[in-house]
Amino acid sequence: MMRVRFWGTRGSLPVALTAAGVRAKLLAALRAARGRPLASEADLDQVLASLPFAEAGTYGGHSACVQIETGGFDHFVCDMGSGLRPFGQAAMAQRSGGAGQTFHIFQSHLHWDHIMGLPFFVPAFVPGNRVVIYGSHPGLEAALRRQQEPPSFPVDFSIFGATLEFVHLEPGRRYEVAGVGVTSMLQRHGGDSYGYRFEAQGKVVVYSTDSEHPLDQPEHTARFVSFFRDADLVIFDGMYSLADAVSIKADWGHSSNIVGVELCQMAGARHLCLFHHEPVFDDAAIDAVLAETRRLEEITRGARRLRVSAAYDGLDIAL
Amino acid sequence: MQVTTRHHADAIVATLAGRIDHQTAAQLEAALAPLLAEAGASGGALVLDFAAVDYISSVGLRVLMIAAKQVREQRAQLLVAALQSVVAEIFAISRFNRILTVTPTLDDALALCSPAALAAYRSAGPAPAP
Repeated sequence: MMRVRFWGTRGSLPVALTAAGVRAKLLAALRAARGRPLASEADLDQVLASLPFAEAGTYGGHSACVQIETGGFDHFVCDMGSGLRPFGQAAMAQRSGGAGQTFHIFQSHLHWDHIMGLPFFVPAFVPGNRVVIYGSHPGLEAALRRQQEPPSFPVDFSIFGATLEFVHLEPGRRYEVAGVGVTSMLQRHGGDSYGYRFEAQGKVVVYSTDSEHPLDQPEHTARFVSFFRDADLVIFDGMYSLADAVSIKADWGHSSNIVGVELCQMAGARHLCLFHHEPVFDDAAIDAVLAETRRLEEITRGARRLRVSAAYDGLDIAL
Repeated sequence: MQVTTRHHADAIVATLAGRIDHQTAAQLEAALAPLLAEAGASGGALVLDFAAVDYISSVGLRVLMIAAKQVREQRAQLLVAALQSVVAEIFAISRFNRILTVTPTLDDALALCSPAALAAYRSAGPAPAP
């Protein structure tokens, strides 16, 4: 079985829940508890279960980092946003800090929000570990080294105890990495980005973030429909509304929930997971986008239902 | 997808019917081009009667966005009227209801165009089915 764990789901810039946000959630919980039995833990669970996710939880604020568990010993990760830090800590704790672990990390691109986690990635400091970073940008290694040069950061790559390797992937070519089929595809984004299609154990996961979809190019649409074909899960950049994506934010390199639904429906994908959430959105706003996207899927559904969810830091999807 | 047109004073009403999707959006774009040019040249209005449109995709919405931009540059107007409930939901989900002028009825749209357009529309007989 494959599992996908989200460690960072926010777009462009990490964000944090504020004191006012916490207070609003507490007030919502207290209001929901009025007049209800609260004696047992089960009673409390019932109150929380009656609340929408935006009030009982949070989508979180780390920038892009997604773990794909393939059933093998090696770790598979997409992007090194700020979510890479909690992932690294969890990976070390899970194996009692043991060395000898291999991390295969696939970079969509080199923008700041997708690389800022590397200097804080604990497994990279542990001798005996191996960190293999894959990508299709010619400047992959240079961009990561530059991030840790003065005056931007106090320590450079020499601090890392693990072995760091860089592997250039040719877009469109299928590679076998530790038993997993991996294919990358060029996407439209400032400075280019790459989507990844992972195939293992009869399951397909597509990671397609920071990707704009021009609506006047049928060949572009066909290319993505083919890339998403029959995927069990498509992790999709749904940062903007369609109106914003084709008007004031055209050429900003991101997409919308509507295009996500359409591409997944055309591709026969099973599950669309909205990702790279707009940093100015609070939890209620993302909840609303999710509800609207589910409604859009419902009113445009063809022969097959498309499951729709919104990624949050800590979400775990079993395939 | 079908398009029929009628003129009411300084307003052109284009009645659309069917689905506007990846297959038909180019057809809509081609059909609107001369109407946009006409509305732009006269500084009048183009009203899209959506009462018989049962679906619009992202590609179709993009055509409307381009049309709206074009008429704005020519100091003319583009209005979309009489959305079916499903299409109204798509407009809301896409936020196109915030960037286009959308009215509940054709009568409302023509009232926004000009008194002459509204009077001409009200005195005209029912539009032929597209």
